[in-house]
Amino acid sequence: MEALYREAIIDHYKHPRYKGHLADPDIHYHDHNPFCGDDITVELKVEDGIVIDAAFDGRGCAISQATASMLMEEVVGKSLADLKQLDKAYILELLGIEIGPVRLKCALLPLKVLKAGIWGLDEWPE
Amino acid sequence: MRQFPSLAMEVEGVDKIRQDFPILQRQINQKPLVYLDNAATSQKPTLVLQVLDDYYRCHNANVHRGVHTLSEEATASYEHARLRIARFINAASYKEVIFTRGTTESINLVAHTWGRTNLRPGDEVLITAMEHHSNIVPWQILQAQLGFTLRHISVTPDGLLDLSELDSLLTERTKLLSLVHVSNVLGTINPVPELVAAARRVGAIVLVDGAQSVPHMPVDVQALDVDFLAFSSHKLCGPTGVGVLYGKRALLEEMPPFLGGGDMIREVKLSGSQWNTLPYKFEAGTPAIAQAIGMGAAVDYLTAIGMDWVHEHEQQLTRYAYERLGQIAGLRMLGPGPEARGGLIAFTLGDIHPHDLSAALDHEGIAIRAGHHCAQPVHDHFGVVASARASFYLYNTPDEIDQLVVGLEKARKLLAF
Ligand SMILES: Cc1ncc(COP(=O)(O)O)c(C=O)c1O
Repeated sequence: MEALYREAIIDHYKHPRYKGHLADPDIHYHDHNPFCGDDITVELKVEDGIVIDAAFDGRGCAISQATASMLMEEVVGKSLADLKQLDKAYILELLGIEIGPVRLKCALLPLKVLKAGIWGLDEWPE
Repeated sequence: MRQFPSLAMEVEGVDKIRQDFPILQRQINQKPLVYLDNAATSQKPTLVLQVLDDYYRCHNANVHRGVHTLSEEATASYEHARLRIARFINAASYKEVIFTRGTTESINLVAHTWGRTNLRPGDEVLITAMEHHSNIVPWQILQAQLGFTLRHISVTPDGLLDLSELDSLLTERTKLLSLVHVSNVLGTINPVPELVAAARRVGAIVLVDGAQSVPHMPVDVQALDVDFLAFSSHKLCGPTGVGVLYGKRALLEEMPPFLGGGDMIREVKLSGSQWNTLPYKFEAGTPAIAQAIGMGAAVDYLTAIGMDWVHEHEQQLTRYAYERLGQIAGLRMLGPGPEARGGLIAFTLGDIHPHDLSAALDHEGIAIRAGHHCAQPVHDHFGVVASARASFYLYNTPDEIDQLVVGLEKARKLLAF
């Protein structure tokens, strides 16, 4: 069973980085997946188009929460323009495990929330 | 350590039953499959697989049409399946057994035909808070179109129907009581005879969602005196794609057809058409012929084993599982104690998300369900977003429950905070 999720995933899940809220975020976005109840909020502090601080909050499965934590580690210091380019392949590489179609939704939710926040969308375009 | 005296005596029987299900030989992640997702769908015995194979190899043709040998054979097999299913639920006549795509379509059929002709503003349809989405959404859709009132019987903290409010919920305004026989989340076996009696007093008719009861216990539509019963083949050892709506003949005769097309008409003129007799009035188009024949074989298989045996076997497994799961720290079971429940247990384990539990158990070859099991309102009621669910059938063993417990303990070590 230990081979199920990589150690790093379990570690991020149990000890999430950047979890909580920012005092005065420039970007704040929330979304959830009603199918399984995964729920993610992302907040960013931005200066000159560069993310200088980030936070996420939420609940859900190990995959969604660990991915959010890993992603927050990556976004700090990056430009919004770069973050707009992040895609599914990037997330899968970050996770480093094979993942079926059902769990893919869990893995992609944090990125979906991040990008929707950056694009300033009220709702994710279907 | 295990206390399972009466079932231990039956182990030989279960071992033999297991040999009838080829898929149980499979390995999943290098472990023998432990299949505990029977409430989602059951596995299929060799008998059913052979009947499907034989039908396509030797008898395949359309039904009720040709006058050639194959078509006559296919029609005879299809109708013979209907007769055996009618007997299985003790319907008064084969005319009361309508083949549909499954429970969902059966309920929708009643909504579209009986509902559309009988429900008006001021009328009420009464459901319960523990329904599967398939017995909620069709009524919501219809309500928006017809303007009747949709009410529900709520659920007690123990996972039983709260019948204390029944008198104010079930009144002369109630035209239909539509309820689940065995909840696919709580496992609750609802008191259908008592509710039918209450419905009769106010002149309401009763639809029972038998998706989780017909496969697991003897169900006699005449003894229960229900007006409609919906169930699916795939949960009772049969193929997917077919199911049944049982309806009392007098009601079915009064109802307009559901879908229009071939087979459901007696005579078609461009100026208008006449409907076929029962049950064909409700079976437009080429039906799921092989699947219906396969469902007939599944019913034969279950009849040979005996539905009383199936029920008793699952009751014993459930009592054992209830006791063993109850010993796991942080595990919370939804629903009533083992006396009042069918063969399934939904639970949460600490803060571990059910998807993680299911993924962890899958790693050990154990298949359970995780999510809201198409019953969001009842999860809301118990304040959980999702749950894990182990559900049993005739081929499961106490040993498999032990493996589930071991798997859950491992998952807890790996994932608990
Ligand atoms: C209680 C209950 N009702 C209805 C259904 C729907 O059955 P089907 O998907 O076969 O139409 C199910 C199965 O998921 C169920 O458990």
